[in-house]
Amino acid sequence: MSSSRLEILNDGGLRHDARRPYELRSTSFALSTQSNAEGSSTVTQGLTTIAVSVYGPREPRSRANASHDRAVISVEVGVVPWAQGGGGGMKRTRGDKRLQEIGAAIRQTFEPVIMTHLYPRSEIAIHVQVLSADGGILPTSINATTLALISAGISLTDYVTSISIGLHLTQPLLDLSQPEESDLPSLVVASLPSSGKITLAQMETRLHVDRFQEMMDLGVEACKVLKDEMEGVVKEKTRKIVERMDVRGVAVEEQ
Amino acid sequence: MFSVSTVPPTSTQTFVDDFPSSTSHRKHQSESDAMAMDVDMDDEFGAGPSKRAIVTPGEVITSSKEYMRGHGTYVEETSVVSSVTGTIERVNKLISVKPVRSKYVPEVGDLVIGRIVEVGPQRWRVDANGRQDAVLMLSSVNLPGGVQRRKIESDALKMREFLAEGDLLVAEVQAFFGDGAMSLHTRSLKYGKLRNGQLLVVPPQLIRRLKSHFHHIPPPCGPTGVDIILGLNGYVWVSAGTTQEKREGGDGFDAEGVYSDKNDDITPEGRQAVSLISNIIKLVASEGIPLTETLIGEAYNWVQQQGHGVEAHGPLDTRDGERMLAEVAGVDISA
Repeated sequence: MSSSRLEILNDGGLRHDARRPYELRSTSFALSTQSNAEGSSTVTQGLTTIAVSVYGPREPRSRANASHDRAVISVEVGVVPWAQGGGGGMKRTRGDKRLQEIGAAIRQTFEPVIMTHLYPRSEIAIHVQVLSADGGILPTSINATTLALISAGISLTDYVTSISIGLHLTQPLLDLSQPEESDLPSLVVASLPSSGKITLAQMETRLHVDRFQEMMDLGVEACKVLKDEMEGVVKEKTRKIVERMDVRGVAVEEQ
Repeated sequence: MFSVSTVPPTSTQTFVDDFPSSTSHRKHQSESDAMAMDVDMDDEFGAGPSKRAIVTPGEVITSSKEYMRGHGTYVEETSVVSSVTGTIERVNKLISVKPVRSKYVPEVGDLVIGRIVEVGPQRWRVDANGRQDAVLMLSSVNLPGGVQRRKIESDALKMREFLAEGDLLVAEVQAFFGDGAMSLHTRSLKYGKLRNGQLLVVPPQLIRRLKSHFHHIPPPCGPTGVDIILGLNGYVWVSAGTTQEKREGGDGFDAEGVYSDKNDDITPEGRQAVSLISNIIKLVASEGIPLTETLIGEAYNWVQQQGHGVEAHGPLDTRDGERMLAEVAGVDISA
């Protein structure tokens, strides 16, 4: 590749962080991490950590952008100042425009998935905070937003999971880190894992058309893997909440 | 933390061939789930509260040919699919999913606590933790002095004297407007402006519909006891206690003071009692345990027995809180 200071795939077939091409970074999903929001989550994929809070459905903050038959979704993306160091993840100079783009992509991804017609005349505010950046800001944000919406109890048709796929020569690579992302042509896919439908496919670089289908299929399959992991976490958390709701349930019924 | 990997396809295999096994397995899995659900539906839903099935969005619950979809579900092709995370509830052929956490869903007759956000023509707009702001009409409040008459223009001009932006009030849901916003009323001496206390916000699911939402913890807890109002919208009001007569128009009821902005003089002991009860409620709510009068009362008694007299100590420390929940509610939070 052009500016390869970094060896993308070594002779043993391993990437710079010793992952195999189809290996995802280690992930952790946490639900309800902020008590003042209706729903929140913190998702870590590799060295990228993103916290999302969901407020609402609530009265729209400005009457102008309310809709009489559905909820409006607003997305705000912020980056903490210390997230930009390390691998040179987010540069301050072009930060604002880039963040707006990420926000718009998140909104477009979730608009068809959130059942907005159930919440007329209200607003669902999604606040995304990048706590540390090492590639895959958009896919990680989408994964975190799904979990935050679920913990807020907002109706969704399905989970939305997302992953980035890069292409090194003819070899697709899953879940790019920052150094790979800056060196390789890449694709971000967000899909509804149960049906395999795609709600977002975004490219910022050119890619050979013959490779596109393969990368897409791979991305959708990886999204299913992520969904299974997320579902496990959600079910475990829900089971705990349901258990707590039954504490002294007998005493309540007696009254 | 975990890591997943998929085996790269060998050169002789095409990519698409690499996955059919897992896809077909998935399909089969969901189909067999749905069938299993049909078969032991009665066991599944009839069992005690702790054995309810948990579903998450996109999960197929059952066939839409035999069952009707309720809240928290949608129909895709021939299946009823969950749209929220929660427990399956069934009433005859109606399947719904009750979300474990969600915004407050009001019903007529609910007791709620709200905060005035706007004074408008003949009405107040009230934040009652719902999807939209609630409306309190001037015609649905009692005038100071308890007089019953039609509201005239001079009353409309004095609206901000009754309730201004930021004031808290307790009210009842009277009706719904066409767009789903709730209309409140305070036409009872039990309802009206709140003072002498503090507001707590808890998840609305923790407050169940009970006969009464006004509770009083009697004196040794502070010189005049402590009053608790559990609003169904998740707002809880804890205040220095009054007697029932004073509140509801008996002896010593101050009809002119209903809309007063001034707090009464509260002794330091009274303030400590209010904050102790608040801390108990916060702790119980933060662990997701439903709030009831008996639980709060028992928790208070537990604290008293431990010798943490209200006068001696303020808030509960973490270790005491853990022990309290273990002994009063039987919940182990240390893990």
